[in-house]
Amino acid sequence: MSICIRRVSLALITVVAGLLGGCASVEAPSADPWPALREARPASVLVMPPVNNTPDVEAPASLMAQAVYPLSEAGYYVMPVALVNETLRLNGVQTPQDAQQISVQRLRQVFGADAALYMDIRSYGSVYRVISSDSVVTVDARLVDLRDGRTLWTGSASASSAEQRGQQQGGLIGALLQAVIEQVASNFSDRNHQVAGIAARRLLGGFGARGLLPGPRALPAEPKR
Amino acid sequence: MAASLPIRGPSVWLTVLATALITGCATPPSTLYDWGTYPQALAVHLRQAGGDAARQASLLEEHLQRSAGAARAAPPGLHAHLALLYTQLGNEALAVRHLQMEKTLYPESAAYMDLLLKNARKSAGEAPK
Repeated sequence: MSICIRRVSLALITVVAGLLGGCASVEAPSADPWPALREARPASVLVMPPVNNTPDVEAPASLMAQAVYPLSEAGYYVMPVALVNETLRLNGVQTPQDAQQISVQRLRQVFGADAALYMDIRSYGSVYRVISSDSVVTVDARLVDLRDGRTLWTGSASASSAEQRGQQQGGLIGALLQAVIEQVASNFSDRNHQVAGIAARRLLGGFGARGLLPGPRALPAEPKR
Repeated sequence: MAASLPIRGPSVWLTVLATALITGCATPPSTLYDWGTYPQALAVHLRQAGGDAARQASLLEEHLQRSAGAARAAPPGLHAHLALLYTQLGNEALAVRHLQMEKTLYPESAAYMDLLLKNARKSAGEAPK
């Protein structure tokens, strides 16, 4: 019981601290890691079928679906992924590798998107090295300008089901992750898909030091007065 | 007693979080869009080779009806996804309507939507033989 109270009060402190810090510190970091992205200001993103480097055949579909939420909430228009998949399939593009061979000019011509997100799935599913069977999802990504082929941003993120058990998942992020897990769990029993969702949010949703910049549809960083 | 703890834990956290968010920052909405069942519809469609298109379409329509008039818009791609589902269900008219709604709501999609609309008209013209 006392542990429970301590956990809640600890969470309260971290939430309050997080909010105080969160509201105040939205200024740009001093060194801009992505000058090309800032300059190009893409408004729309085409999520390409991810390349799967894992034995799990579900991985690409899962990550493609999970990338939509954080990218959209980051302020970008995300080309409708299932429809894009369908267009590619109808045009004889069967695998993610095939899709990655398509030139940026052609992608721009067909979909009209400003940028494309290419993802590589490094791990998806159970990690057998660990005694407990944890689900781990790791993704590498790069955002490419479809107007000139320049790489605008690169990122990498990982998530593990083991984190849910760790009690240091306090504060804002802990509560948000909890909410995400509960939201998705009611529709999918699939743990890997949930973990992929957390990885996708870390990859695309956080404007950390090396994270994506907010897109044009993002809410203004400072509330209007 | 022991069973009630894990249930209480998260809900207490969420209440704390919600309260803190509302009082802490001036802007209450925590997300840009009203997502409804779109993420689930996407996951079903992509992971289960199409899934049940009729069920997904009706869930999305229900969500759109519920959130009509709300301040937050449907997320990017929701109407386009509905169009895809209606195409699979053989309802070209509704598919075209939702492609146009996607385009109106999100001009970023215009080039792609126009291409799909052109193809839809073409196939509609050629279909009955």
